[in-house]
Amino acid sequence: MSLRIVVTVKYVPDATGDRHFADDLTVDRDDVDGLLSELDEYAVEQALRMAEELDGAEITVVTVGPENAKDALRKALSMGADKAIHVEDDDIHGTDAIGTSLILAKAIEKAGYDLVVSGMASTDGTMGVVPALLAERLGVPQVTLLSEVSVEDGTVKGRRDGDAASENLEASLPAVVSVTDQSGEARYPSFKGIMAAKKKPVQSWDLSDLDIEAEEVGLEGSYTTVENAAERPARTAGTIVKDEGEGGKQLAEFLAGQKFI
Amino acid sequence: MAEVLVYVDHVDGAVRKPTLELLTLARRIGEPVAVALGNGAGDTAAALAEHGAVKVLTHEASEYADYLVVPKVDALQAAVEAVSPAAVLVPSSAEGKEIAARLALRLGSGIITDAVDLEAGDEGPVATQSVFAASFTTKSRISKGTPVITVKPNSAAVEAAPAAGAVEALSVSFSAQATGTKVTGRTPRESTGRPELTEAAIVVSGGRGVNGAENFGLIEALADSLGAAVGASRAAVDAGWYPHTNQVGQTGKSVSPQLYIASGISGAIQHRAGMQTSKTIVAINKDAEAPIFDLVDYGVVGDLFDVVPQLTDEIRAAHA
Ligand SMILES: Cc1cc2nc3c(=O)[nH]c(=O)nc-3n(C[C@H](O)[C@H](O)[C@H](O)COP(=O)(O)OP(=O)(O)OC[C@H]3O[C@@H](n4cnc5c(N)ncnc54)[C@H](O)[C@@H]3O)c2cc1C
Ligand SMILES: Cc1cc2nc3c(=O)[nH]c(=O)nc-3n(C[C@H](O)[C@H](O)[C@H](O)COP(=O)(O)OP(=O)(O)OC[C@H]3O[C@@H](n4cnc5c(N)ncnc54)[C@H](O)[C@@H]3O)c2cc1C
Repeated sequence: MSLRIVVTVKYVPDATGDRHFADDLTVDRDDVDGLLSELDEYAVEQALRMAEELDGAEITVVTVGPENAKDALRKALSMGADKAIHVEDDDIHGTDAIGTSLILAKAIEKAGYDLVVSGMASTDGTMGVVPALLAERLGVPQVTLLSEVSVEDGTVKGRRDGDAASENLEASLPAVVSVTDQSGEARYPSFKGIMAAKKKPVQSWDLSDLDIEAEEVGLEGSYTTVENAAERPARTAGTIVKDEGEGGKQLAEFLAGQKFI
Repeated sequence: MAEVLVYVDHVDGAVRKPTLELLTLARRIGEPVAVALGNGAGDTAAALAEHGAVKVLTHEASEYADYLVVPKVDALQAAVEAVSPAAVLVPSSAEGKEIAARLALRLGSGIITDAVDLEAGDEGPVATQSVFAASFTTKSRISKGTPVITVKPNSAAVEAAPAAGAVEALSVSFSAQATGTKVTGRTPRESTGRPELTEAAIVVSGGRGVNGAENFGLIEALADSLGAAVGASRAAVDAGWYPHTNQVGQTGKSVSPQLYIASGISGAIQHRAGMQTSKTIVAINKDAEAPIFDLVDYGVVGDLFDVVPQLTDEIRAAHA
């Protein structure tokens, strides 16, 4: 039987755009172009590499997000994933991490899986908690923050580079894996890949397809409340000098004035 | 007064600074009760008591080192059941966030990660977060369940506040999931003798402009003259000039020191995400148009190979 890999991919506002909050204190997703969170490209890449190593694997990418989140799915499909699932419902707007993990876990279970591959963190919320939450909800091992990963004979192995140590990890499938940006450069979609992606199936599910009540998610179902969001005041313009032989000395004077020396 | 659980990050009994900061923040919302797990857990008590822990719950078992994350979640859950705290605070390390998330889910609670400040509010603790590469500041609270909050290093000053610190053994029974992910090998990181990047008061970073591993000696010399930690941009890390563990930015460490010195770093949004909250920012870059200059308190437009050694010499002379 071929291995069923589900890759979670998030559609996020472009970090180089002018990101801000809407009136309801959720992320304004209309004013800034969105894209596939760059850190999820590493997840798609590792899934593709594992599939290449194994004799047969099917890669399904899943996203929870608004209409244009399909763009993130198309990107993943054009990289080489086989099919996609888009969970979309007006009631999802404003869902927090706990709620997002509920929707994803239900979708992953419905899709059927042996291995879930996620990014290390999104580039908007950047919490880095969804993979651990998925493992907890699905009741399977988490093998997270891997800079190296492989699957063989029903076992996933990987290396996690932490602050204090580098650890080798091992778990049996099914499992949830997350990979870092050290795991290996993500491929660019080829022209052939982009053309092929147009014909690949994208399924749309809403909350009722997943047996989730509207009150369980969205702003209403949220476990957290944002009370206030304020733009950080612009830094007051600093002093900038051109080095004409004394730049290091001038900088030392500045640091001495600030009591750092 | 309500108790607040503080998860202790320690290495064989030596408590790391972010945990002491958490004790300071915990005192604003209640009485800190610390939870120390694994090898050397009992040895943490003196330091924790000195910084305000009224009680220290300890549990030693090999599971904490042999399996990933879940045994610690089981233990924290047992501590919550024993204490019924008003909130649970965990240091915002990669592992800390994963532990906190799974705990929150089990408790039917919300989670807030990467808080940079914390205060008591009418409806529970209010956390400040610095988001979108530190361009926005938000205030949030947890609206359901026992608040679980992870806090970034350098979010509060460490204050001594002697308390009883009575040690009590925590009773933990591990869940079926606890042994799911085996740690089959561990290579400890070698100490450089320099301060920890996320805890340092001064960070000196080098980027692509440093132009080679061999030239990072210049950055290290400047760092050593100031007793600082060394950071690097992703471009420098990807080129293999400096270890990934020293990367500053979105996918590296986020630092918030009193002083950040960037040399040969352009200031891409992903780098800014990890250093923009530094109190004083200084940059040395030969391109006057580099975006990093938008952030600086003091900038030198010049060649780092001239400016950095001169600066290092001046500092050494001043300290001599
Ligand atoms: C600035 C900001 C701050 C926030 N702070 C909080 C907070 O403190 N507490 C809270 O509960 N919520 C918070 N949220 C909301 C939270 O980010 C979202 O609910 C989000 O969907 C889950 O967290 P994350 O984006 O941080 O994902 P992470 O945990 O960082 O994501 C890790 C991986 O999970 C997968 N993933 C995450 N979201 C999706 C998705 N929608 N579809 C498919 N895959 C996905 C991806 O593979 C991703 O790489 C915040 C959001 C923003 C924008
Ligand atoms: C998803 C994602 C995550 C990322 N995460 C991170 C992260 O965590 N951290 C991070 O740093 N980046 C990260 N990046 C990469 C980031 O976008 C930039 O590519 C990177 O920060 C550039 O590093 P740099 O400033 O050293 O190099 P460059 O942008 O190439 O800048 C080099 C600078 O050095 C100057 N210079 C050259 N020679 C000299 C000299 N002799 N003297 C003085 N100045 C000189 C140049 O003028 C230039 O401004 C990430 C990118 C993505 C897509």
